[in-house]
Amino acid sequence: MSDVIEVRALRKSFGRTRALDGLDLGVRAGEVHAFLGPNGAGKTTTIRILLGLLRKDGGEARLLGGDPWQHATRLHARLAYVPGDVTLWPGLTGGEIIDLMARLRGPGSAIDPKRRQALMERFALDPTKKARAYSKGNRQKVALIAALASDAELLLLDEPTAGLDPLMEAAFRECVNDERHGGRTVLLSSHILSEAEALSDRVTIIRDGRAVETGTLAEMRHLTRNLVDAELAGPVSLDGVPGVHDLVVQGTHVRCEVDHAALNDVLGRLTAARVLSLTCRPPTLEELFLRHYSSERPVAGAPR
Amino acid sequence: MTVLARPGWAAPGLTGTGDLTRLALRRDRIGLAAGVYVIVVAVAGTAYAFKRLYPTAAGRAALAATGGGNPALRFLYGRIDGDSIGSLTTWRYGIWAGIFAALMTIFVVIRHTRTDEEAGRLELVGSAVVGRQAALAAGLLTAAAASVGVSVLLCVALPLAGLPAAGSAALALAIGCCGLAFAGIAAVAAQLTSGARSARGIALGALGVAFVLRGVGDSAGASGPSWLSWASPLAWIQLTRPFAGPRWWVLGLPLAVFAVGTALAFVLAARRDLGAGLLPDRPGRATASRLLSSPFGLAWRLEWATLLGWVTGYVFTFAACGAAAKGIGQLFGTSSALQREFTRLGGQAAITNAYLAALMLLAGLVAAAYATATVLRLRSEETGELAEPVLATATGRIRWALSQIVVAVAGTVVLLAAAGVATGLGYGLRVGSAGHQVAQLLGAAFAQLPATLAVAAVAVLLFGLWPGAAVPGAWTAVGLAVAIELFGQVLQLSHWILDISPFTHAPRLPGGTVTAGPLLWLCAVALALSAAGLAGLRRRDIG
Repeated sequence: MSDVIEVRALRKSFGRTRALDGLDLGVRAGEVHAFLGPNGAGKTTTIRILLGLLRKDGGEARLLGGDPWQHATRLHARLAYVPGDVTLWPGLTGGEIIDLMARLRGPGSAIDPKRRQALMERFALDPTKKARAYSKGNRQKVALIAALASDAELLLLDEPTAGLDPLMEAAFRECVNDERHGGRTVLLSSHILSEAEALSDRVTIIRDGRAVETGTLAEMRHLTRNLVDAELAGPVSLDGVPGVHDLVVQGTHVRCEVDHAALNDVLGRLTAARVLSLTCRPPTLEELFLRHYSSERPVAGAPR
Repeated sequence: MTVLARPGWAAPGLTGTGDLTRLALRRDRIGLAAGVYVIVVAVAGTAYAFKRLYPTAAGRAALAATGGGNPALRFLYGRIDGDSIGSLTTWRYGIWAGIFAALMTIFVVIRHTRTDEEAGRLELVGSAVVGRQAALAAGLLTAAAASVGVSVLLCVALPLAGLPAAGSAALALAIGCCGLAFAGIAAVAAQLTSGARSARGIALGALGVAFVLRGVGDSAGASGPSWLSWASPLAWIQLTRPFAGPRWWVLGLPLAVFAVGTALAFVLAARRDLGAGLLPDRPGRATASRLLSSPFGLAWRLEWATLLGWVTGYVFTFAACGAAAKGIGQLFGTSSALQREFTRLGGQAAITNAYLAALMLLAGLVAAAYATATVLRLRSEETGELAEPVLATATGRIRWALSQIVVAVAGTVVLLAAAGVATGLGYGLRVGSAGHQVAQLLGAAFAQLPATLAVAAVAVLLFGLWPGAAVPGAWTAVGLAVAIELFGQVLQLSHWILDISPFTHAPRLPGGTVTAGPLLWLCAVALALSAAGLAGLRRRDIG
């Protein structure tokens, strides 16, 4: 089955600023795909190109099998979008805006009143309030309910939990899990790693307009090193052993990063020196992230 | 121990007022300077023009008699006390300068209080070492500074235009105090609602009521309810009688309104939460009505209230101006220079027709401003990131833009119709041929439609092709058309320049002749500019 979103070597500049510099992104049907990156990495620009709001400078972008620029309106009938910074018309109520967005998606995309009501209760939103009276979190909820209540096959969510309190964030995660089981495809842009870790099937990490890593979390960890932290009875020499990085030895305390291929060899050397305590774990997404975004090379596990 | 309040302020609630006032003056420096300049130039220029146009006492007496005798003109401009140049100036521009001063202070006060609060800027400011009432105090101080500026400059400018010093001071102070009175009213309005728009609506409504109260009072005969004028801060300017034995004590009335309004606003501000209003927000609909189901429905929903305000303004203004048309010939008969100018401005026909044609031109020019503002909402929706969610639905760009443009065109048609019908009724009822005048002036108003749309089409063009230049560019186009129409012939500009304005090509009706050619041309220009703009919109980035 072809990908719902296929982006290859996508480029986009605003004047001198290069927002996207050869981005690749593939989102498969039915998966929750996290699109991770810090502010300014190009996440929103990518989504705007996918929505046909911005024109790409180069590369390829296909959405639901169509060209997002040429067939924008036709494709939009099949997707729902939650912008990163939700602004609403101050004079309209939340309920009106939710209905309006559904109707603008075209005939046949009317929302199920029961689902609308259920979501309203789940997110504790008062639909009779004028949008000017809503807080940032409530505006976010309006946009989320409008998207989740639709029967669009693809959800584009740009940092959807910014402004939600932890309780509402939990409600949002439940909803996304429901969507996954319902077979919808979700592209979830975020800079919150725990969110991606909890929700996504696959992850693309983007930095300076380019995808630096993509795959399932398991795959990505496979690419990375293990963090080894051991307390030994005697001294051990790991200097110059291939596959060992960032070695720190403080007396009998050893800390280092070890490539997967070298793990067995290193553990052998450690047990030879008698291990008193040992932790060996994959890096957390935070540590991956730090590695991708710190200007220096690996900091994960480095001593402070 | 930490000292929470900065020294120098007795009330901690006012801490930081000085900084906020400087910030307000910095943000408003251009707008305030322009507002003060317009008021001073309008009043002093009127005094100078009267001196030039009516050099003889007999001419002034005749003008005072006709102007003061026409109830419709009294409704628009108020009463005349005496026939000196100063009295005529007070009649012609006293109330209107007061209205401009009031508009200025209302916008300033609301902008620095409720607008900032609604936008959340006050929250940011309030978290610094700033008292909870500092913004209100700063808004009032800024408005007061503008009012004082108007008074001081008029005190200097009016004697320079040849008016006696004491009367000049009285008129200058009366206008400034009128601005202060409405600053006080706006300060209270800003406490009542949580939305800046409705707060502004309340304050502007008060200004409208003040205008109508004194209009009824001023136009009433000796047996009528002329006491109503005393209830209106706008009338207090003329009731001060600046050039006919000044009644200085009348100045105490607007100052009292300012003081009471300010005190009330501070009391109310101290009792409410940040962001809240005293009037509760009414809950709205939980679901959208059938109408709100298309981009057009959305555009209409966003614009109808604004249009209603414009139509109301048009109906009142043009009914009054139309009613004033009867006897307008005698009014200008007393000054041959003015008569020449007026005839030239409006066309070749009789002065009444020229006056009515000038009114219809004015209706077209102001409608062009309405249409431009309505089209430019597309740009503010885009920069405000409200266009993005709409365009992310099955709504295409062209459909989205056309919906707003259709509302703009429909609104313009309604406005011109209102101008034609209101002028026709106002004039026709007084000369006893309402049906005929309504039909004639409706046609005259609609003759301005192609030119009006051609000006607004510039906004569409710029929005599509050079969105960054859309707002300044479109307003420059409106300003250019207004300037060419109002001053072009007086300044005897070359016809190359005059021809830039679409209104130069619109027929002068009633009285002129209509040829289809220019009208069709103007329509074609409007369509071509709009089509080019929409074509540009298809190609460009949004946001």
